[in-house]
Amino acid sequence: MSTFLLLTITGLGLGAMYFLIASGLSLIYGLMGVLNFAHGAFITVGGYAAWWSEVHLFGGVHSAWPRFLLAALTGLVIGGVFAALVELVLIRPLYNRHIEQVLVTVGLSIAFVALVQGIWGPDAKTLAVPVWLHATTTIAGAHIPNDRWIEIATAAVVLGLLQLFLRRTRYGLIIRAGVENRAMVTALGIDVRKAFTLVFAIGGIAAAVAGVLGGVYFNVVGPEQGTSLLIFAFIVVVIGGLGSIGGSAVAAMVVGLTQQYVNYYASSGVGDMIVVLLLGLVLLISPRGLVGAFSS
Amino acid sequence: MTAVATTPRTLLRVDGLHVHLGQSHVLQGVTFDVPEGGVTALLGRNGVGKTTTLRAILGLVGRRGSVRFDGEELTSLPTHRVVQRRIGYVPEDRDVFAGLTVAENLRLAERDGSRRYELVYDLFPDLESRGAQRAGTLSGGQQQMLAIARALLNDNRILLVDEPTKGLAPALVSDVAHVLERLSELTTVLLVEQNLGVVRRIARDAIVLDQGRVVHTSDAKELLDQPELVRRLLSVGSQG
Amino acid sequence: MTRRTLADYGLPLVVFAALAVVPELSFKIPKLFDQPISSPGTLQLLAACVLFGALALTYDIQFGFTGLLSFGHALYIAIGVYISNIAITEWHWNFWVAILFTMAVAFVLATVLGFVSMRVSGIAFAMVTLAFAQAGAVLALKDPHHWTHGEEGLGADYTKLPHAFVGILNTKNLYWLALVFLAVVFFIVRWAVESSPGRVWQAIRENELRVEVLGMRPHLYKLQAFVLSSVLAAAGGIVYMLLYNGSTLGVTEPNFTLTLLLMVVIGGAGSRWGAVLGGILYTYLNDRFVAVGSSSTVEGLPHALRTPLSQPLFLLGVIFILIVFFLPGGIAGIAARGRPSGLRRLEEAIRPDHTLTAPPEEA
Repeated sequence: MSTFLLLTITGLGLGAMYFLIASGLSLIYGLMGVLNFAHGAFITVGGYAAWWSEVHLFGGVHSAWPRFLLAALTGLVIGGVFAALVELVLIRPLYNRHIEQVLVTVGLSIAFVALVQGIWGPDAKTLAVPVWLHATTTIAGAHIPNDRWIEIATAAVVLGLLQLFLRRTRYGLIIRAGVENRAMVTALGIDVRKAFTLVFAIGGIAAAVAGVLGGVYFNVVGPEQGTSLLIFAFIVVVIGGLGSIGGSAVAAMVVGLTQQYVNYYASSGVGDMIVVLLLGLVLLISPRGLVGAFSS
Repeated sequence: MTAVATTPRTLLRVDGLHVHLGQSHVLQGVTFDVPEGGVTALLGRNGVGKTTTLRAILGLVGRRGSVRFDGEELTSLPTHRVVQRRIGYVPEDRDVFAGLTVAENLRLAERDGSRRYELVYDLFPDLESRGAQRAGTLSGGQQQMLAIARALLNDNRILLVDEPTKGLAPALVSDVAHVLERLSELTTVLLVEQNLGVVRRIARDAIVLDQGRVVHTSDAKELLDQPELVRRLLSVGSQG
Repeated sequence: MTRRTLADYGLPLVVFAALAVVPELSFKIPKLFDQPISSPGTLQLLAACVLFGALALTYDIQFGFTGLLSFGHALYIAIGVYISNIAITEWHWNFWVAILFTMAVAFVLATVLGFVSMRVSGIAFAMVTLAFAQAGAVLALKDPHHWTHGEEGLGADYTKLPHAFVGILNTKNLYWLALVFLAVVFFIVRWAVESSPGRVWQAIRENELRVEVLGMRPHLYKLQAFVLSSVLAAAGGIVYMLLYNGSTLGVTEPNFTLTLLLMVVIGGAGSRWGAVLGGILYTYLNDRFVAVGSSSTVEGLPHALRTPLSQPLFLLGVIFILIVFFLPGGIAGIAARGRPSGLRRLEEAIRPDHTLTAPPEEA
């Protein structure tokens, strides 16, 4: 029982990270039709910016939590700015040339990983985190690493903030409408390009948070981390339905939990394969993903 | 005895409009004027390019040629800027945002300046009471009203309306025609319509397209009073 | 069927003949290669260039010709690389039996997975292919029954390989093998594209709906293209295994498919010799940039410049981005001015579904 609880919480923690990445991917694809391979770069930027700032900017801050939070905040901000710049410089000029936009993000992802490896080397860097995050809390006999709580809480907060943004603000309204029918939004006299940059920035921030949390979860930040998390995020996005935040949230939980359970109860690695099969199954039944199955 | 008619000035002038969709040359040099005020009907058989003409004016499809609105050239502007010149659009498939509520659909359409909610709710009281309802759950007729209301919300100087009565029951057709009549008192309307009864009721001028070109322009009643001509151009007996 | 002129047959044959002579050349080309051309090191690089030219072409069957965007092509190359090796080295099968078995596996898997993947199209199709490739990668890493040897990789049992392909002195035979493979792929692709299934592939790329309306079932033709492409890729994987004397996990990674994508786009999607050229050029540059990166000129540069220049993938990624921006038709696009690039066609496959047609380019 205690193992099951540990697996569940861990699965939810993993799912939380997938959600953070998938939410941005989903919005970007839903609104802009761009499959953003460079999202992995945003994850990496977040992780590395947090690590670098912790060492070089906030090294003087002695207390662990403020130092970590400041570093995380830095990672977040830099991730958002980087993402916005990518949109403005690389994506916007290729307006409506979807395949070129996808290709550019592929090129960026390859070049970026190489650049990071070149500057900081291929070895992963240790992210200094408050001791509590590496400790465990015992519940019902299970020793649960505390970082899981932070991951789950962060994802819940981000989900809440996203929903608030989408439902209560004008840009949120524009984005929701644009995901449904972008051309009609322009036919209402609205310049969607600002929404594009905004959506990239939001995606970048969420991905950067995932990068920081990844650093906590895996203890280190590495050049390849963004890419490996990205693949599962892609699967989550497709299962959940491109363009749906709610779908991503549900799918992320399902994927994270499935991965953990199967990797443990069957054998390591099989969980990853099962997730792939799950993708195949969902698409065979409902080509538009979970959202497609439940909406009219 | 004919009264001396003052020619209304030209609000919209389309000149030599060419549109290619995929391999087909859909508009092959469309040229016409839309005078200010009242309803100008854009007629033609299925597939001649009526919807494409409206989309081309808005810049929703790539086009060559000239579109001058109140003297200003529109073809160099992206769609959102064209619309900001106070051009309203009611698309053929209504294109209301199904996931948004009725109120949100209207709110999205707000532009800077006038937001004529009193007028809209006066014409469409249903929309006010259904404000919190998801637009996707509205009936076809209600969605049509919402699409029109959306264009009416702003003080547009011209409305491009595409087959608003398509697929509606006769009673609703009459309601829509009534609404369009009210609209035409407030602003100019360029109306694509297949229902000739509606055209007869509200249109002042008629432009007929065939195979991507303008083949006839005249007073609407003049055209509809000639069944032979109507049959030749539109392949239908005139509907009462 | 288009009438074939002497030039159509002659030109490729001349090119292949010229390439075949290469291993006999014993002089050096100073800036391009460090060692004489006929040296084993250079020959292995040239063999790799030729092989990747062929692999890029197999990818282009789907990408440029049929408009299928797959992120999982590496899976089939990996099948060629691993299954053949495992059969020979772990199961001790006869070389030729192992080859046949590998091709059979590739054929069956491509048919089944292709059929499933084609339940969706566009971006979702790309994602599904990526996911299947990822499953393969996980399987290889997991090392079931200790067959793949996971991260260590599996060296090939050279006693069971044909003598002609074993040993450093026989590198030129491997070069010729790669060249023969390229020629085979090239002519198969040409035959296929100009045969009647091939013309349907191109029609699908242009306008799938029209093909369906004309009574042909696009799915069947797309599946044909997919299976042909994947089976040829697996064959290439076998050559790869021979060239590098074993199997390593690098071929299972998603990055591997992405590099094929880069090759095809750099060379020119939808153009036969463009894809081949892209493969050759990319492989060469990848090797060359490493050498340049550690050369004395670059070592002397300030750190900020030196770091990116020392990373071949960074340079290649940037080149790729520049090409996408300014030369979407790739290198082949320079020569074929006026002919629309293969990318335009692929655009249709992945354009998201909106009610109104897309707006024109922003002013």
